Amino acid sequence: MTTPLLSVRDLRVSFAAPQSKKWPWSPAKRVNAVNGVSFDLPAGKTLGVVGESGCGKSTLVRAIAGLYPPTSGDVTFDGKPVDYTNRRETNALRSRMQMIFQDPIASLNPRMNIREIVTEPLRVFRPDMTAQAQKEAVRAMLDRVGIAERNFNRYPHEFSGGQCQRIGIARALVTEPDILLCDEPVSALDVSIQAQVINILKELQKDMGLTLVFVAHDLGVVRHISDEILVMYMGGVMEHAPAADLVAAPQHPYTKALFSAVPVPDPKVTTTPEVLDGDLPSPLDLPEGCLFQSRCPRRMSRCATTRPALRHVGQSKVACLLYEPEPAAI
Amino acid sequence: MSLLSVQNLNIRFSTNDGAVYAVNDVSFDIAAGQKLAIVGESGSGKSQIALSVMGLLAKNAQTSGQVMFDGHDLLTLSNTEMNKIRTREIAMIFQDPMSSLNPYMRIERQLGEIVEHHEGVRGAAQRKRVLDVMDAVQIPDAKNRLRAYPHEFSGGMRQRIVIAMALICNPRLILADEPTTALDVTVQAQIMKLLDEIQRDMGTSIVLITHDLGVVAGFCEDTLVLYGGRVMETARTEALFEAPTHPYTRGLLRAVPNITDPSETLTSIPGSPPNQMKWPEFCPFAPRCPDAIAACHTTLPVLENGRACIRSVEEIA
Repeated sequence: MTTPLLSVRDLRVSFAAPQSKKWPWSPAKRVNAVNGVSFDLPAGKTLGVVGESGCGKSTLVRAIAGLYPPTSGDVTFDGKPVDYTNRRETNALRSRMQMIFQDPIASLNPRMNIREIVTEPLRVFRPDMTAQAQKEAVRAMLDRVGIAERNFNRYPHEFSGGQCQRIGIARALVTEPDILLCDEPVSALDVSIQAQVINILKELQKDMGLTLVFVAHDLGVVRHISDEILVMYMGGVMEHAPAADLVAAPQHPYTKALFSAVPVPDPKVTTTPEVLDGDLPSPLDLPEGCLFQSRCPRRMSRCATTRPALRHVGQSKVACLLYEPEPAAI
Repeated sequence: MSLLSVQNLNIRFSTNDGAVYAVNDVSFDIAAGQKLAIVGESGSGKSQIALSVMGLLAKNAQTSGQVMFDGHDLLTLSNTEMNKIRTREIAMIFQDPMSSLNPYMRIERQLGEIVEHHEGVRGAAQRKRVLDVMDAVQIPDAKNRLRAYPHEFSGGMRQRIVIAMALICNPRLILADEPTTALDVTVQAQIMKLLDEIQRDMGTSIVLITHDLGVVAGFCEDTLVLYGGRVMETARTEALFEAPTHPYTRGLLRAVPNITDPSETLTSIPGSPPNQMKWPEFCPFAPRCPDAIAACHTTLPVLENGRACIRSVEEIA
């Protein structure tokens, strides 16, 4: 088996919760955003990450990019473990690992014109390149994403959301990274524009041999772009499977409910969404057993005490006690 | 007879940079008990149509045309007269449940003040009305949540309260402006199911404004497609999804990634949405249209047989 380009082991990210004003001596609580995520991503593949708001999918990619310090766990990139406390090393990593963000306009500096925005990564990471070579690379990259050269001296506010997202992609890819982390890149865009951006991403991936981590809450989009899909809930991985298998035969009760709720743009298809009752657990105080137990339609007594690990079920990996044999009674 | 009849509605905003033509020559009718979807991308004017029906347009808006409801033209009514119609006859559900609730008001007051204003119902009778409507929108443990504030509810529960506010006076028409856009899919499924049940039980007409074609397909009988403030196509939802006749509708449907059938590339619509600072003299979709001919850039198509396109269906097939 080939070594994966990106390998994440038991990654955890937690944030300090605001100290209680009433009881300042009480121990500080932590918001547990990502709770033990592991996956391997081979080069050239796309991993889709889905889940509802607050499930930690954005925190996960931001932690991999080194924007938030991971609380524990290991990230291995291209065979070498990443030390996020070493700033020099993380900075060097960023030329090979780039990111695009959800809000296309807010992620571009309003005081820089398009040419400056896309040249900046080259100035930082490729000081060896001559100004002429940089200029050429920027022009080629912007041309790839469909921004005409007459617009290079314009500023971000003069562009539409879809164009800004394409500029964001050009800025991320101009240093020719190996991996592109996409945090909800099309959520803020209209359907017709969303299709443009997805097509550009797929094309560039093919041409540059990019590896993508694609976070989105729109399951149709993720299904379209991904080879494998990771389903997250409350910071934990519920299911990790090849995209086609996940859609055709979801295994985890949460995945089943999630996919049954997706509206299908075809009036002849009648969907019967599986309604999830119950409340989400608080990320301040996670349950001992399965993270999904409070809303699970197939809850069993041992779900309250045992946190299921990811285990193989066919092609998929599922974290659910339904697929784990009952431990022998003592 | 139709319940609401919008005829040749134009909405124009005067801004420092000049006029913005947000809605141009839009006409449609809604019968009692009908569910109509208004679909369009951002800036297509779909929300402004709803706001004009409610008399809630921004101050710099100028309107022309007619919005007939119950024999009155809503565009000519004064604010005092509109206040008698809002929520009692026509109610609106907004996109963001948090900002459409008053954060300083307990739920009981939030809902109760509506019946107090419109029907003068107070005291125990008011509380009963509030509890009934909270039951109708399936808020569990309603009695104990009367004194809660909006921030104590989850997003889905808040949207249920907003729906309860819209329902409490049994209006004849509900305008739902992107009611599930801010919600997760699992919650969205619950809210759409709830709206469907309410519509069936109470016979209310619903106008659903959305950009999500998936939501439309499962909910509305009729669909109106807007682009650049103009109606591009209007048809029965099934016919529209089965055989869209307008190039824009076709493009839109092809651009949606289908979860059950992922093809290799999505067919995107090239170009960007139109500039609405100019009065459209020709089809607003022509610059992006794959089937456009020279005449499309000079003539403004009129809506005939539910489609606004100068080319016939056979020509663009």
